[in-house]
Amino acid sequence: MTGSIAAIGAGLAVIGAGIGIGQIGGHAMDAIARQPEAQSKIQTTMIIAAALVEGVALFGVVVALLK
Amino acid sequence: MHPKLKTIWFFDQMINKMNTSTKNKFVLSLFLIAFSIFSNSFRAQDSLHEVVSEETAVEKSHTDAAKSENEHGAEDKVDITAVAFEHILDSHSWHLWGEHENAVSIPLPVILKTNGGLVVFSSSEFHHDVHGTVVVEKNGERFVNFEEKIYYASESPNEHGQYLNIEHNDKNEAEISNGTPLDFSITKNVASMFISVLIIVLLFSSIAKAYKTTGVTSAPKGKQSFFEPLIVFVRDDIAKNNIGSKSNKFVPYLLTLFFFILINNILGMLPFGANLTGNIAFTLVLSVITLIVTNVNGNGQYWHHLFMPPAPKWLYPILIPIELVGILTKPFALMIRLFANITAGHIIIISLVGLIFIFKSLAVSPISVAFALFIDVLECLVAFLQAYIFTMLTALFIGSAVADHHEEHAHDDDEKHLAKSH
Repeated sequence: MTGSIAAIGAGLAVIGAGIGIGQIGGHAMDAIARQPEAQSKIQTTMIIAAALVEGVALFGVVVALLK
Repeated sequence: MHPKLKTIWFFDQMINKMNTSTKNKFVLSLFLIAFSIFSNSFRAQDSLHEVVSEETAVEKSHTDAAKSENEHGAEDKVDITAVAFEHILDSHSWHLWGEHENAVSIPLPVILKTNGGLVVFSSSEFHHDVHGTVVVEKNGERFVNFEEKIYYASESPNEHGQYLNIEHNDKNEAEISNGTPLDFSITKNVASMFISVLIIVLLFSSIAKAYKTTGVTSAPKGKQSFFEPLIVFVRDDIAKNNIGSKSNKFVPYLLTLFFFILINNILGMLPFGANLTGNIAFTLVLSVITLIVTNVNGNGQYWHHLFMPPAPKWLYPILIPIELVGILTKPFALMIRLFANITAGHIIIISLVGLIFIFKSLAVSPISVAFALFIDVLECLVAFLQAYIFTMLTALFIGSAVADHHEEHAHDDDEKHLAKSH
């Protein structure tokens, strides 16, 4: 079972990204519910923020790949 | 007229005489001809090199030795990791289908700069070998291909039939002591980039021409109608929103960036496509260009903020290094983000398809295909999203470098206020 520690690392990185993107999505939903007319603006910023979080998570995945 | 100039002039005249569609066909066929100059064979390798069959019978390669020991119990077990890496990494030939000796691939030119000068040959001369067993002799120099890296061949083969000196260090990692020539080969990624450049040039020159003939005020037609919203989106939503009044100067760069990344992302999604945007060298070059554009255009306030940040003087030894590192981390993050997103997507898709071969059951295939399709659709979104994010963040960095900071004065006021209260 070589590389299992790296797999755990990748898993931990994914947990972090999951929490982050979950928060972003949840709060964006709240924001849209409060101000439906600002939906498109909220959506773009949400996607950008999600991509940034995902990018950080992928750093973890890359490091796990390189091990 | 110089004969060379004359030929160019002749081609120019010829191209000018054609209408657009035949021109496109002409350029395409020129490209295909250039491709096929080196590809003396676009066929399965029927006459297999003797050494290869011998070698595959004994053992794959030195580095695979450990793997094949593990797989000794299950002889025909598929190594998905190896397949996945074969798909995401660059190679000297454009592999289409088939395994090892039955592989069908488009040979690409191998261009090497050795001590004796330039050496050019077709990658088909390696006979699909990536284990260093097939020696190609050119200009009195001998080369082998080991895991898509070209080495000078050793005089005699080792016990695995490889013309390489492989030694194991104390960490049991293979170290190859053979020298390497400088490799300027048209690899799969480079060929894919040429194709995307060709697509971009043909597409956007025809769109630009349409604007020239019909004007910017008339309704767009055909390709124009698809690309106009994207161009306007980059100009207004990305450039103008993030850079401000000086945005027009940077719109050409941002448009190039956006469409270059987008089209390469989409080409990578196609069957047989190369994983170009998931290549770290490619993303490195793009982010270095962003680094240069940002810093060359940085105004006084940008540099002032770097070297004299609005903070107490005793913090400068900490803040200035942080600010300087910050210059590099921003493009570095751009580089890793694009590379990791695209590579991860490709690995996920190949792994999901690979589930069928791991479980060897028909029951798994519907689930695996459905998931792969889902991820494929998601990757289409990611292709757009990553092109957008890269362009948007580039615009943001440029914007922070060229903008007139009004907050600066607010910081100064804070500082004065703090100084007064103490």
